[in-house]
Amino acid sequence: EKLGLGRPALPEEIAAWDVDVSPDGAGLPPGSGSVADGEVLFSENCAVCHGEFAEGVDNWPKLAGGDGTLAREDPLKTVGSYWPYLSTVWDYVHRTMPFGGAQTLSDDEVYAIVAYILYSNYLVDDEFVLSQENFLEVEMPNAGGFIVDDRDGVEVPRFSQPPCMNDCKDSVGITMRAAVLDVTPDETAAGETASEAVQVAVAETTVPAAASAPDPALVAQGEKVFRECAACHRIGEGATHRVGPILTGVYMRAAAQAEGFRYSPAMTEAGEGGLLWDQTTLDAYLERPADVVPRGRMSFRGLSEPGDREAVIAYLRSFSE
Amino acid sequence: AGGGGAAANPDPLITEVQPWATGLGAGVDATPYGLPIEYEADVIRRNVPWLTADVISSINFTPIHALDGTITPQGCAFERHHSGAIDMRKEDYRLMINGLVDTPLVFTYADLERFPRVNHTYFLECAANTGMEWAGAQLNGAQFTHGMIHNMEYTGVPLRTLLEEAGIQPSARWIYVEGADASSNGRSIPLEKALDDVLVAFRANGEALRMEHGYPVRLCVPGWEGNMWVKWLRRVEVMDRPVESREETSKYTDTLADGTSRKWTWVMDAKSIITSPSPQSPIVHGHGPLVIAGLAWSGRGAIERVDVSLDGGRNWQSARLAAPPQPMALTRFYLEIEWDGSEMLLQSRAIDSTGYVQPTKAQLREVRGLNSIYHNNCIQTWWIKPDGEAENVEVS
Repeated sequence: EKLGLGRPALPEEIAAWDVDVSPDGAGLPPGSGSVADGEVLFSENCAVCHGEFAEGVDNWPKLAGGDGTLAREDPLKTVGSYWPYLSTVWDYVHRTMPFGGAQTLSDDEVYAIVAYILYSNYLVDDEFVLSQENFLEVEMPNAGGFIVDDRDGVEVPRFSQPPCMNDCKDSVGITMRAAVLDVTPDETAAGETASEAVQVAVAETTVPAAASAPDPALVAQGEKVFRECAACHRIGEGATHRVGPILTGVYMRAAAQAEGFRYSPAMTEAGEGGLLWDQTTLDAYLERPADVVPRGRMSFRGLSEPGDREAVIAYLRSFSE
Repeated sequence: AGGGGAAANPDPLITEVQPWATGLGAGVDATPYGLPIEYEADVIRRNVPWLTADVISSINFTPIHALDGTITPQGCAFERHHSGAIDMRKEDYRLMINGLVDTPLVFTYADLERFPRVNHTYFLECAANTGMEWAGAQLNGAQFTHGMIHNMEYTGVPLRTLLEEAGIQPSARWIYVEGADASSNGRSIPLEKALDDVLVAFRANGEALRMEHGYPVRLCVPGWEGNMWVKWLRRVEVMDRPVESREETSKYTDTLADGTSRKWTWVMDAKSIITSPSPQSPIVHGHGPLVIAGLAWSGRGAIERVDVSLDGGRNWQSARLAAPPQPMALTRFYLEIEWDGSEMLLQSRAIDSTGYVQPTKAQLREVRGLNSIYHNNCIQTWWIKPDGEAENVEVS
């Protein structure tokens, strides 16, 4: 019996959200992209985590390689060696990548990046162009490598025998110890870090605030806005470079100065040309990055609300004084 | 007379007036939303930094070694995000049901609160729980080996009610559920399960969900792997086929020794763990009465019995279940013993209402090899040493 709650979904609303793509190609929009275009796009959008050749950086996923490793110790599971359907690659890149900038790629860009991932796995040649028309012709090497869960047949009968209660084995010996590997995080670390942080905060509040210090309420608001930046940028003590550089001390400093970060040529040039990150330039950059540093690498849609920009700049300032 | 030794001197905690017995404590509203007292500051989620590339797409662990009973407080229930925990207001929440339905519908949060509600307690276990232990004893603590689990009382609307409001068409076989965050985490679920016990939940343990658990609305898929419990649920598409999304192909598939991989391994097998004593919760009181405490659960039904071994699996005795077991929820068990200070190799073994007996590591490896990553429900061994310290070990 229906309660008559909710309202009919409009066609535009369904179109906006129903974008999943199935193995038979259902859901794929028209479009195409070449390996050559994909190589450029991959370098700009994906390589910081996945490597220029899709070989992976640090613990980020490797997207290429691993042929014939699935039955070995530590298999390497990549698009080429493991993924059964190309539709999954298109769907995932389209909806979820790049990390921190999901749903910013055009359909043609997604086709091109998927084409490049195929190329990096030696599944197509460098002239290849992937399109809606030829999508189902691409053969995925591990398409036949999956079986539907067979635990009910294979395991359940074996593991449903009445269990032994007494004298179940002749002897018992220790064969492996966790202490030998010693990879467990320090038990008290989180607690100690927390109390140190509290101490620091207490110490800071007892120091008289400088006249020019940012408003604490605005800083707190900025910390919230900064979550949008945190996918790529870290700030504060112990921060390390991620997709983007550390932002500690960035306020009132020249552009491209964070040590050890590989900036785009455009950003390096801007720094050498005298770009200083003050209130005005940061505000403009955060609104539309490409207006301040054309051809820079920051793929961020920008903060359209002036209040958000003011708050996040106050937050950045709080790490510069 | 008490069983302990006589005191040499009177205890000043008793003979002297203590500050708390003479002065005044905190007034009401000192903490309008209360937090644990400072002495419990070590009962927190912890993460294993080397496991993942970045904390935004990562997991942490419930401190099960420091909790008792069965309900997990939300504040220390483990988190798993693929693109970070998002900050969404109830007013901005929308749930769409589309696909093979008579009328595609959009619900607001307020709409959901007007449907008849149910309350159920369920465990949520990540399929990767204990996944670091396939190749050997690795992490030294129940929190790290078994802490990708929590157990809460959920309040929500059966998904069936919402699907029937939209009208399911005869060709429907599957649903596809997806979240509103940037990860677009989506999973395909057979329609039969969707119509059975799947819940669209908006409260846990009586209060709103926490941000890290999908505020304002998440899916509960009782007994099935945690990745399917989509957070920030925004869309349910009724379909005639599975989508085969990233989380059901490249991840959450279990590779066997011959290189083929099982897919659609949704149900969580019966499993148990001794939470205390354990490496992070050693015996500190010396010889005499000792309470062995643990948790057991099964995605196939209720726990029937839990056995405990003190000698690495040679001999077993049945533990005491603290309350009548509920299906697809955690069960607490206890075994009270007199500890004489000798070494123990502690194990627990769960048996569920279908008769399934939790297997040993060797039995699981025989079927699955070492590369499954997911669904490791093997019997765990803690080596208790004469000084009461404990270590994660494997035994013959």
